[in-house]
Formats: sequence, structure tokens, C-alpha cells
Amino acid sequence: MRTQAADKYWWLIFGCGLLPLLALFADIAADNLGGNPIQAIHIRLGDWTLRFLCLTLAVTPLQTVSRWRGMSGYRQLLGLYTWFYATLHVLAYVVADQGLQWRAIVVDIYQSPYIWFGVLAYMIVLALGLTTSNWAKRRLGKNWKKLHRLIYPAGIAAVIHYFWQLKGNLAMPVFYAIVIVALLGFRLLVWFKNRHLNRLLIPLGRKTGSG
Amino acid sequence: MLIKTAKPLPASEITDPLFFYNRRRMLKGMLATAALASGVAPVAALAAEPRWQGLPAGALSDKTLTPTPAALVKNYTNYYEFTLNKEDATQLAQALPTDPWSLEIAGEVEKPGVYPLEDLLKRQTMEERIYRFRCVEGWAMVVPWVGFPLGNLLKTVQPLSTARFVSFTTILRPEVMPGQRTKSLLDWPYVEALRIDEAMHPLTILAVGMYGDVLPKQNGAPLRLVVPWKYGFKSIKAIIKIELLRNAPVTTWNLSAPNEYGFYANVNPTVQHPRWSQSSERLLGDKLFTPRRATEMYNGYGEQVAALYSGMDLRRFY
Repeated sequence: MRTQAADKYWWLIFGCGLLPLLALFADIAADNLGGNPIQAIHIRLGDWTLRFLCLTLAVTPLQTVSRWRGMSGYRQLLGLYTWFYATLHVLAYVVADQGLQWRAIVVDIYQSPYIWFGVLAYMIVLALGLTTSNWAKRRLGKNWKKLHRLIYPAGIAAVIHYFWQLKGNLAMPVFYAIVIVALLGFRLLVWFKNRHLNRLLIPLGRKTGSG
Repeated sequence: MLIKTAKPLPASEITDPLFFYNRRRMLKGMLATAALASGVAPVAALAAEPRWQGLPAGALSDKTLTPTPAALVKNYTNYYEFTLNKEDATQLAQALPTDPWSLEIAGEVEKPGVYPLEDLLKRQTMEERIYRFRCVEGWAMVVPWVGFPLGNLLKTVQPLSTARFVSFTTILRPEVMPGQRTKSLLDWPYVEALRIDEAMHPLTILAVGMYGDVLPKQNGAPLRLVVPWKYGFKSIKAIIKIELLRNAPVTTWNLSAPNEYGFYANVNPTVQHPRWSQSSERLLGDKLFTPRRATEMYNGYGEQVAALYSGMDLRRFY
């Protein structure tokens, strides 16, 4: 997917994407995660999943605004990092928190509606991650784009998952909700402009935007 | 808009837990203040002599439990009057002056009044109580409290036969408690309550210390409730008023989210919170990769307290 010109930045983003994980390992080694380290790990990995998801969603609007083409390689990389951190978040829950006790895990998920939204978000991200390759893209054809639009519902489900488990401090999930809604809103505006505005304006003989 | 911030903390207030209970110790407190002024770490001065070292454990203390490391308990508190952040409460709570402190006892009692806390404590026998502490959020600790049965205090003010509930109120001091400046989440002051038989139960204590020393401010100094079989939010901090009532009062979390936080709030693994399971808990202080432990009915105190709720539908009275 990546273009020749993107290589240098691709490697830069690739390298930077690993930094949150290294920082987390350093904090675990230094016992720097406070009184409830498992929960701190959950929140750290979940936060980075949402951050990469927002960055992934920001690529296309950035491309539209800057008219800088050829960024889809970065989008793919950021999307893969979303999948990567989401997987670590799930593994931390299953392995570190629950100690692979499947009975306890099933009960916990069944009784915790906030986790249902996390499971939904992860299922989507997993499906998108598994269909990253060019081969899958060719095979799926037009459906690939439809499938990958599910990243927006995944983001919204992830925010509900975050929001719903908290008792007091809702600042972070609200922040992500605003970012995701803004990015989705931008895409809808562009879509509306292309589909409807141009159609309305052409018969009037006005100059149309490049769309 | 002018945003008022907390006044800078006078050094004299930092050391005042030492002043609190024993006038003979005031000299040492002054020395600690002097040490602070001269730049010596106040922690060292305070740690010199725990207030209740070697206090005998009460008969109802569970000696089989291993206390959670003290440093963890002192730096992981939900004290929304100060902050929503459990770690930040440690620093912010130091701004609360806890000496002198008076406790108002009101309502259905023979001897209502406003009592200096010191006078009330003089008549109580302190004991250590090692208890499990389970937060409604799903984490747990083991804390060696220092305190006395609430029932012993209530007896000294002679409750009337009409007293069916006991309510507790936290101090309202928005000038030092930034969280109290907005009522967006909770209505202040924080109010909690127990049924009279719960309040008189020998397991229910008022704590003035933990780990053999004076209660840190972030843990609810100078006086807090500890009800070990209930979720932690029932164990109200920095109490200034105890009122005996004919009818059940409105309590803070119950008012904020009645479907999530009931009046009883007994630890119960079979009744889930609407948004999360209560079937297991994370025991703080455990090493990484230690699985969560199964939550016990009444937090492990069922033998002593289950009779209080016999015949009640615990799904309805959560």
C-alpha cells in the first residue's frame, strides 16, 4: 500500500507507534503505575487504542484539506496500530487481570454491559485488521470500503465502553467522543458537498468546487 | 471570571494530626513544625512515633488477613470533595483543617449537642480492627483501622426508641474542598446513613486511625465510618454530624444514581451493578498476573451480619 515517497515517514510513524508500549513496560518495571497497576494498564492501552483510532480517522480529512495525496499508507499503518493496542488491551484483561479463568471471564462479561461495547469494538477492529492486505482488498472489491467504514461505529462503541465503566471522571471519554464525532462530521460534510451541493449548483451555471 | 483557588497551605496545618488527640504530644508537634520550617522532610518527623503502636487487636478483628501496604492505602482514595483522581487526593486533602473538630449529634437522642471530638474520644476504648474494604468499583483492600464501635458512642448520647436510622454528614468546606464547588456530579455535603441495627452492630466502627497511627486526611481524618460488609462509599469520611432519625434520609450516591447505588449497598457478588459485574474484585497490592478474587457475600462478614437482612429481597434492597 505505501508509496515510495512515504517511506521515510512510514518508518518514523512505525517507530513512534511503539513508544507507548515501551513507556508502559518501563512504568511496569519501575512500579510506577499507582495503587491499581492492572487498571492503569487497561486504561493506558485503551487510551492508546482510541488515540490511534482517532489518528487513523484523521488521515483522510487531512488529505482532503491539504490535498496532499498518498497518505493511505500511513492510514493503514495507524489502523494496524489501533488493532495492535486493542489486542494488547484485550490480552491484559484476559491474561493479566483474569488469569485466563474462562468461567470468571464469561460471568464478568455477561454481567458487565460496558464490556459488551468493548467486545463489539474489538470485533470490528479485528475484522478490519484481518482484511488489511492488498489481497483481501482485491477480493472484497467495493465491499472493502463499506466494511472499513465500520471504524466509525467501532470508535463510538469504544467510547461508550470507556464512558460506561466510570463512576466520576468522564473527561477522557467525552474528549474522544468529541474528536470522533468531529471527524465523522467532517466526512459527512464532504460527502454532502460532493453528492448534493454540486448537483444543485451545476444547473445554475456557477463554478463548482473541485470536490 | 475569577476562579478562586485554595489558599496556600500554612505549615502549621500540615502537622496537626499530631496535635489532635493528646496535648502532651503538642510539644513534639511543634518540633515537627519547626523541622518543617527548617526544611527537614515533614514525613520523617511525623513517622517518628505512631500514635497507637502495638494497640491490641479487637476480638472482631480478622487476624488471618494480611494488611495491604500502608503506602498504597494512603495513596488510593476516592475523595470526591477534593478530586476525582484517587492519587491526587493525598496532596489536596492536606488543606483540610482537622483540629479543632467538633461533632454534632442531633435528632432522636436524649443528649443532643455539639461535642468537641477530643471529649468524645476520651470516653472510648480504641482497638485495632483489620477489615476487608471493598469498593463498588471492583477493587479491594485490607486495612487495619484504629477505632471504636459506633454503637458505644451512640449509647453515650442515649438514642430514643423512635430512632430508626442514623445519618452521617461530611464537613462542607468548599474553600479547601475544590470538588464541593460544583454539584454537577454529587450534591454536597456528602451524606450517608445506616439503619439503627446496622449502626449498633459491633462490626460498625468509627475510625480515627489506621496502621497504628492517626488517620491520614485523605483517608477521612479526623473521624470516619467503617462498615466492612458494605461497599466503600457507605464508609463516609470527615464526619461533622451524626443524626438519629425516624425515617430513612436521602443519601448522596443514592440521590445521584438511585438505580446504581442503593441505600443498603451490601457487598453482594450475585447482584451486579447495572453497568458492571460484582462477581470478582481486584485485591490491591497483588502482583501482576494474580487473578481477580471472587467477591464474598457481605464481603466475608455474612456470619455476623446476614441475620440483619433475613427475609429481605436483596435484589430489590441492593
